[in-house]
Amino acid sequence: MKILRPIIATIIALILGLLVTCIAGENPINVFVIFAKSGFGTPYDFGMTLTYSMPLILTGLSVAMAFKAKMFNIGAEGQLTMGALAAASVGALFPNVPTIFAAIFAGLCAAFAGGLWGGIAGYLKAKRGAHEVIITIMLNFIAAGIASYVTVYLLKDPNTQNPQTVPISKNYVIEAYHFFQGAPVTSAIFLSVIVAILSWVFLYRTPLGYEIRSVGENESASSTAGISISRTQILTMFIAGALAGLVGVGEILGRSECFKLDFSPGYGFTGIAVAFLARGNPLAIIFSGLLFGALQKGASDLEIFTHNVTSDLALVLQALIILAVSADGLWEKILSKKKAK
Amino acid sequence: MEWINLLSSISGATIRMSAPLIFAALGGLFSERSGIINIALEGKMLAGAFTAAAVTTLTHSPLLGFLAGGIAGMVMAAIYGLFVINFKSNQIVTGTAITILAAGCVPFASQILFQNTGSTPEIAMNHRFIHEPIIAVWIIMALVWLWFKYSPYGLWHKFAGEHPDALQTSGIDVINTRWSGVLIYGFLEGLGGATLSICLSSSYTRNMTAGRGYMALAALIVGGWRPIAVALACLAFGFFDALGITLQGIQIPKPNFNIPILSQIWNFVVSPQFIQIIPYLLTIIIVAGFVGKSRPPKALGQPYLRNR
Repeated sequence: MKILRPIIATIIALILGLLVTCIAGENPINVFVIFAKSGFGTPYDFGMTLTYSMPLILTGLSVAMAFKAKMFNIGAEGQLTMGALAAASVGALFPNVPTIFAAIFAGLCAAFAGGLWGGIAGYLKAKRGAHEVIITIMLNFIAAGIASYVTVYLLKDPNTQNPQTVPISKNYVIEAYHFFQGAPVTSAIFLSVIVAILSWVFLYRTPLGYEIRSVGENESASSTAGISISRTQILTMFIAGALAGLVGVGEILGRSECFKLDFSPGYGFTGIAVAFLARGNPLAIIFSGLLFGALQKGASDLEIFTHNVTSDLALVLQALIILAVSADGLWEKILSKKKAK
Repeated sequence: MEWINLLSSISGATIRMSAPLIFAALGGLFSERSGIINIALEGKMLAGAFTAAAVTTLTHSPLLGFLAGGIAGMVMAAIYGLFVINFKSNQIVTGTAITILAAGCVPFASQILFQNTGSTPEIAMNHRFIHEPIIAVWIIMALVWLWFKYSPYGLWHKFAGEHPDALQTSGIDVINTRWSGVLIYGFLEGLGGATLSICLSSSYTRNMTAGRGYMALAALIVGGWRPIAVALACLAFGFFDALGITLQGIQIPKPNFNIPILSQIWNFVVSPQFIQIIPYLLTIIIVAGFVGKSRPPKALGQPYLRNR
């Protein structure tokens, strides 16, 4: 029953969300067809769905990783900003790194920058008792400020009016697959899936993963058993940040080839929805990431094919899904009534 | 002379900019003092900003618009309350969902009403508030202070956040108290948004809250959940906001540095970007206990289970 809950909740939320379009004078079934077509209709559409899913899987993993140690990472947005900024800066500042290493080098830098940003929150929580939710929210804004400064003053692309950094060296660029007819799907999509699988292995098959989970389950028992709580918290937040930072690989090296200010449509926040729908299971996150990616892509064509519904409907659907999945009390009420009967 | 002009323009802007922050932060105070974490201030502000602008456009009455903004915030808060108080959903996850919900619903409504997701029609000067909300917010701050300091209701709110069991034992219902805290919170939040759209500017524009809800949350923490201190924190944050905007058009004389890295650091410190992150840096420093101390209500974030 527990496994079914998120699925039922998602279906209910989607139906409710589609019914909302009646207010705008649209036929919900028609809207659903537009969603399906726009999300999966052509190889290009499917490619864009994958492109949106990739960062969502990573930010979902980031939120889930922190949550395993009972911490809320609201800061995936800031961490991915730092990761992407690092990838773009490295790509622009070290143009002569050989092609074989370049992408890996930039990826490591992105993960490290994101990890550092998460690690700060972990450190302040573990050593100074600061609430990680507050810290990560504040770090999001600080990351945005730093990114804006770097983009406007330090690495500004002189050839455009847009706030973006100079293009990365060609050595770093990851080529897109031709199959997707121009959608920027690169091998970075495998990175997301592999990282998800590795995260599962890490959490459930290594001693360190066991420590993280045990701190999340019962802090005082873990402490008695000799696990250092503060070390585990700092490390978990570092890993969570690194996961979010990896978004920079696909988005910068595989897609925009420079850092564009505000490139993320809130991947970090949607990641919270992705993680909760999957109940924090890294393998399930692959699928919930795909679902949210499809929602985002599917909604992008609504403006063209309907009169009054815009892509913002994706946000409404996301919100309804989170509400439906997280309403524990409501579920228990429904289930207990069934049992009473 | 130039300095005096600059100073007066910055202080004027500070008082104006901080008004929506104070509304929002005082709202957050009601919620958090009664034990409900609120990271979704942003969503309610956005709903308030849009509704106020829409109603003012349709009725030409800023007062109706202003109140409608408050009610919109209250409706959003009621959804939040239903989930976190009655269904015991996680407060942080639900808060995020409400913010996303507002970000999606507002353009949706805007498109239906005005065929435009970007902004509402411009409101004429004589149909707007000029400084009424900016004065009102300080009166409300005084009332909130009196409420928590002298009224029994304020005491109930405090107990709902500090020691809900004691409150329940004394015969006051914790769930009801928390509900009233959340509703007042939503109303004030909506007024904050309304101040943005029909007083500080002449229409609602897309994402016009631009992180002010989170900044109000920061002010709430920096002010240690106390009304007067919170309002002063908002004033300080409003100052950085105003300073950042003013600095964008001004060349600041640069001292002569011999070390290039120092010169780089100086450039960063006087940039508008840095000025604008000062409030967030300050909040981290205070939350981490490096300077001063800010203690949250004891039962903050814990759902209340009523024993029957």
